[in-house]
Amino acid sequence: MSGGLAIAVRVSRIDTVAANIKRFRLVRHDGEPLPVFSAGAHVIVTMDDDGHRRRNPYSLMSAPHDTSGYDISVLRVAESRGGSAFLHEKLREGDALTISHPVNLFHADKRGRKHILLAGGIGITPFLAMMAEFDRANVAFELHYAMRSREHGAYWQELVERYGAHRVKLYFSAENDVLPVASLLHNQPLGTHAYVCGPDRMTDFVLRTARECGWPKSNVHSERFLAPISGKAFDAELLRSGIVVRVGDHESILEAVEAAGIDAPYMCRGGACGQCETAVVACNGVLAHHDVYLSEEEKASGRKVMICVSRFDGTKLSLDL
Amino acid sequence: MLVEGIKSRPVYGGFAIDPFARRHIFALEGEGALALLDQKPALTATMLNRSEVLYVAAGPKGLDHDLALAALKPDRFWQGPTIETLLFRLRGSLSAATMSTRLYISGREGFIGQCMQVATDMGMDFSSIPTEHRGSLARRVQCVHCKGITDDVRTSPFKCSHCGLNLLVRDHYSRRLGAFQGVNVDAEEPGTAPQAEELFA
Ligand SMILES: Cc1cc2nc3c(=O)[nH]c(=O)nc-3n(C[C@H](O)[C@H](O)[C@H](O)COP(=O)(O)OP(=O)(O)OC[C@H]3O[C@@H](n4cnc5c(N)ncnc54)[C@H](O)[C@@H]3O)c2cc1C
Ligand code: FES
Repeated sequence: MSGGLAIAVRVSRIDTVAANIKRFRLVRHDGEPLPVFSAGAHVIVTMDDDGHRRRNPYSLMSAPHDTSGYDISVLRVAESRGGSAFLHEKLREGDALTISHPVNLFHADKRGRKHILLAGGIGITPFLAMMAEFDRANVAFELHYAMRSREHGAYWQELVERYGAHRVKLYFSAENDVLPVASLLHNQPLGTHAYVCGPDRMTDFVLRTARECGWPKSNVHSERFLAPISGKAFDAELLRSGIVVRVGDHESILEAVEAAGIDAPYMCRGGACGQCETAVVACNGVLAHHDVYLSEEEKASGRKVMICVSRFDGTKLSLDL
Repeated sequence: MLVEGIKSRPVYGGFAIDPFARRHIFALEGEGALALLDQKPALTATMLNRSEVLYVAAGPKGLDHDLALAALKPDRFWQGPTIETLLFRLRGSLSAATMSTRLYISGREGFIGQCMQVATDMGMDFSSIPTEHRGSLARRVQCVHCKGITDDVRTSPFKCSHCGLNLLVRDHYSRRLGAFQGVNVDAEEPGTAPQAEELFA
């Protein structure tokens, strides 16, 4: 099945951990242990919102060796198409959900001597699992965590208590703190790895600064919480299935294809893993590539599209699907 | 005779000077000096002021490029008598290096492998290190039987310099050892090894 084998879970506990952020504990429906995962992994959560199926990726924040349950933390997005709104406003303790097996596109490099974690807002989630793993293995790390304000930031107090102020540095933009990316990256010893997860602007800035500081690409890692971007509705012809699907303005091609009952492959639903890559057979118009998987040349060639996040504007799009 | 089609054989992509690096360290052996000298347009005064060149000539056959390298006037130029002394020096330079330091290695395969080992040992990621193969194709081979390493192997099969077995040189490369694997060819009937062919001149 696309997305891997599904696991039936139950929400055992919901906590509000900051303004607009809730934590959900998921345990297996049959009471069995969940698979061990590696820090940085996420699962795809499938929700049944009054008969409307929603699927979003969420990073696992609990300790990777804890198989009794998984914790995820979800930010209520202001203009939600439904996923985060459903989780925040409709889901109750005891309710059922389905999750995929964990997928990791944001590994900690095990050979690293030292790890610098740069988190922005809800981007803290994969790092919570990573820090538990580093701490357990006695590996050197530093967290630099930027948040809007003390009320909006999740877990910062506990993190300082658990790992100490020497390893956890906080920056609140409401208090005019700025995360000093360049000075942080300067003069780090060989074997240091840097990781960033936060808003796009922060991620772009960190990647650019690392490059300008002379860091090699191999030591800089990022994960973006990409979501399908809304846009104008369009039709997509699926040649192998022999049908045309309408992709709504708030829908991704993948979602439209699934709604038509076709099982297309996916793994991250966030434009990063490459699993949903689809060949473009005909394209009369412009593809809006929103993924971070294809190279610039591949995007320009117009022969492939990542259907989980990318869109189309034009008169005719035919896909090998 | 060579066992082909084994994927672990290293790929040497060639040098490209990283304009953003704050420090460049060049580990060069013999003809490897040319890999740096050929970068001429990229060798600006600023870049050379940030550069450290470590050089060892490659045995009696290799041409000496020390004068040409010294003439570049890098921040530091160091020439050593043997690969071992160069490796020791490299380790010292890397122990004080930061993430803004780029290491470039060029020379024969065995030399590249040994420098790479020091670098990865110091925490560098092998994919961040530009390498360029220059000079003889002679290989550094580890005997899988006695574990002894023989440098400068030009033929296959060859006689292990430690245990004397006839070894076939495989394309199987160990990054950890910086050496290819040598496997005995006439285990059943000693003396039946195929004729040695000069493959890595
Ligand atoms: C690998 C991965 C891990 C994730 N982990 C977490 C996590 O741990 N916690 C968490 O809260 N979220 C996480 N997300 C994001 C999450 O999957 C959802 O995207 C998020 O919860 C919003 O979903 P939604 O259905 O409420 O809103 P959506 O409708 O999917 O998105 C919200 C709105 O924002 C717009 N939008 C979204 N992204 C952009 C953008 N980049 N630029 C412009 N507009 C945009 C959309 O068009 C939409 O209108 C992760 C995403 C990925 C890919
Ligand atoms: S599902 Fe991962 S890139 Fe689309």
